[in-house]
Amino acid sequence: MALLEVQNLKTHFPVRSSVLRRHVDDIKAVDDVSFTIEPGTTVGLVGESGSGKSTIGRTLLKLTAATAGKVLYEGKDILPLSESEFRPLRRQMQMIFQDPFGSLNPRHSIGAIIGEALEIHFPALTKVDRKERVAQLLQQVGLQPEMAARYPHEFSGGQRQRIGIARALAVEPRFIVCDEPVSALDVSVQAQIVNLLQDLQEQLGLSYLFIAHDLAVVEHISNHVLVMYRGKIVESAPAEQIYADPQHEYTRKLLAAVPRFA
Amino acid sequence: MKWLDQIWVQNLCLLAGYGLLARLVVWGLRSERWQTAWKHLRRDKLGLVSLCVIGLYLVVGTLESIVLPSASGSVTLLQRLTAGIPQEKSYSAPLATTALSVADPKPLLGRHVLGTDALGRDTLVQTLRATRSALWIGGLTSLIYIPLGVLLGLMAGYYRRWVDDAVQYVYSTVAAVPEILMLVAILMVLGKGLGSMAIALGITGWVGMARLIRGETLRQVERPYIAAAKALGQSDWRILTRHLLPNVMHLVLIKFVLGFSGLVLAEAVLSYLGVGAPVGTASWGTMIDASRSELSREPLVWWNLTASSCALFLMVLALNLFGDSLQRAFDPKRGA
Repeated sequence: MALLEVQNLKTHFPVRSSVLRRHVDDIKAVDDVSFTIEPGTTVGLVGESGSGKSTIGRTLLKLTAATAGKVLYEGKDILPLSESEFRPLRRQMQMIFQDPFGSLNPRHSIGAIIGEALEIHFPALTKVDRKERVAQLLQQVGLQPEMAARYPHEFSGGQRQRIGIARALAVEPRFIVCDEPVSALDVSVQAQIVNLLQDLQEQLGLSYLFIAHDLAVVEHISNHVLVMYRGKIVESAPAEQIYADPQHEYTRKLLAAVPRFA
Repeated sequence: MKWLDQIWVQNLCLLAGYGLLARLVVWGLRSERWQTAWKHLRRDKLGLVSLCVIGLYLVVGTLESIVLPSASGSVTLLQRLTAGIPQEKSYSAPLATTALSVADPKPLLGRHVLGTDALGRDTLVQTLRATRSALWIGGLTSLIYIPLGVLLGLMAGYYRRWVDDAVQYVYSTVAAVPEILMLVAILMVLGKGLGSMAIALGITGWVGMARLIRGETLRQVERPYIAAAKALGQSDWRILTRHLLPNVMHLVLIKFVLGFSGLVLAEAVLSYLGVGAPVGTASWGTMIDASRSELSREPLVWWNLTASSCALFLMVLALNLFGDSLQRAFDPKRGA
């Protein structure tokens, strides 16, 4: 059984008239999208800015309300669930964000940021246990345990992204939405983060929805690639096939836009 | 509210207030954030000096707040302590030996460092006694309008939709009524007194705070750390208190400090309109208000205005500096 199955998902944002707030139109950010994610695999989602990639990611985690369709997690539709019914599942589905500067609360120490996830989902842990687990998580993402006492502004973009990954891993999820996790990073750091994500996938059997606007990054990590354009998925194929034999006009354009330094 | 005038009620309220404050400090010092902040603050000379000045005002205000029984009803501890300073007939200049009156410069009963006012009361003592009114008005009002404004502002910015509409509707309505009119109307209903004045100022004062916090919350909510907290399954209450509140706290602090002097001056305006402090309550506002006539007479009486404004200025300055220090101490970017 697929870990995650998305059926005819639609996320529309209402456009309202300025004075009477009448519903005049919809922005169809996600328009009738279907795909599946198998356990332990990565599905890449590419498309230009504003094509609705991030909205899909947010809708899957119920951070944005869906308009129609189904999202089956292990066969169970999560969209009709209330927040309290969905909370146990939040443990299994996490997210890594694009902006490494905005995704960490500047007023909290790294230990507090990662520890908070543990407080909610592992209330049985004592303070000492929690500290130990935070140290372990920091090591897992390639940081030093002593860094727990420091604050987000003391870290580089790549390090912050690692902290974001540690926070997501803290609850031991099975599925992670990676929303352009490397777009804001230097090219040299990008590879490190992508490799870290791959290593973690191997160790922990994670599944990823890997969102990017850059085919080159997705090529490296994905098993299956979805190409999105204006809210719709225009091409869906195994990674190798999409590069060898792109079917859709837009995919060819995207491929042509990948810089080649030969 | 007659029962509020009972001596033991007043003293008990004071004791309860300090008990609560002590409880809060003990509770705060247990958290790691406050401990690091205190470590930073201890190295901040200016911050410590301003804290001492605020402490001094608090001591004076407390002395004036403790009520003792006496033959003529009740006196405050500060009055008892300064009972040795004689009361003159009318104005006298600082350190003068004779009364100000040109026609009849009678010798004075004693020396007065800052002179005396129209009723012959020592200006220094009056200035010190007025600290109580200022602290009551500034402190109690802040205690009312800050939690109200912050809570409503946070909720409007976080939940949006109908919550935001409702909060905006209420504060626009409150803001649409001229403030003075509203204050006078509330005070007419509640009656004169420092407590009712604080309530009235609190009811009108939360609007600005709520607006400010709502705006900043709208900005902060868009940042991904809030989405991350939601994705982790944090409750709304925890997101509001642990994530949003610390990120808008700097605005609360600035607004509180800047608003404090405004509140003390608002008391003067209300006293002038006849709905402010009860007669006989010393306040800087009434002293400043009285100086309108004092400054137009010959010879000029400047010491009442000077003493009260200096006392007000020093209090606001100390609060400002301490507010800055507090903000720096809590800012993680300052480094360990």
